[in-house]
Amino acid sequence: MRKGVLFFLLFLLWILLVWPFYHRAIDYQSIFVGAIVSFFVSLIFGELFTESPHKFLSVKRYFWAILYLPVFLWSCFLANLDVAYRVLHPSLPIRPGIVKIRTRLKSKSAITALANSITLTPGTLTVDVCEDGYLYVHWICVREIDVEKATMIIVRRFENLLERIFE
Amino acid sequence: MNEYIGFAFIIIGALFDLFGCIGLVRLPDLYNRLQAATKCVTLGTCGMLFGAFIIFGFTVSGMKAFLCAVFVLVTSPTSAHALARASYVSGVKLWQGSVVDKLKEDIEKH
Repeated sequence: MRKGVLFFLLFLLWILLVWPFYHRAIDYQSIFVGAIVSFFVSLIFGELFTESPHKFLSVKRYFWAILYLPVFLWSCFLANLDVAYRVLHPSLPIRPGIVKIRTRLKSKSAITALANSITLTPGTLTVDVCEDGYLYVHWICVREIDVEKATMIIVRRFENLLERIFE
Repeated sequence: MNEYIGFAFIIIGALFDLFGCIGLVRLPDLYNRLQAATKCVTLGTCGMLFGAFIIFGFTVSGMKAFLCAVFVLVTSPTSAHALARASYVSGVKLWQGSVVDKLKEDIEKH
């Protein structure tokens, strides 16, 4: 099953990369080559792929992922305006520091997604991740030093949605 | 019509890239510079690639631009995290105006 999921993902990637659909015709040759290559690759590297392939099959996760995308892109856009404002302001209004936050997410992929989201959203950059659910975050304008309150500001927007997608 | 929307995306992306580069020059230490470099350059580059995708549509080059945007969006924060962690571990200091450093406090505690 793990190999099946990996095969499907690789094949999708190949199709997007090659895009064999011309105006009226379809290039069957490249589709065929892609199927063979992704079959052998998934046969060899299937064991390394993921711990829980059944998560790829539930429709609900994709629904929440689609819902997550606009939330993420909007805060990414706001982050950019924020950084642009700080950079262009003559007096450079920054108050940097490293704060500690706590997350209740458990699985590795969820924590990776959370760390990446934190890095791309307003003023924050993940520096280190501990095994017991603590993240160290560099904040360009520290508003709150306390662990719980900083968690409320930085993480809460994403955590609920990410929990539904990955856990 | 698609071309105008695509060019608008490309211009906005180039502007954000420019802001990121200005931040790289003006901000004081490595961590702040990474902030500017990651955020602005990621969204800027993704914006340009997405503009190219809109101009070319569902063709070979358009889909490649789209895929590149997705991969930049996934890999760039990861590499920023790796850079920040590696430089912290190897002893790059924070700017002297920094307010708090919880990571240092916790390392000293253990």
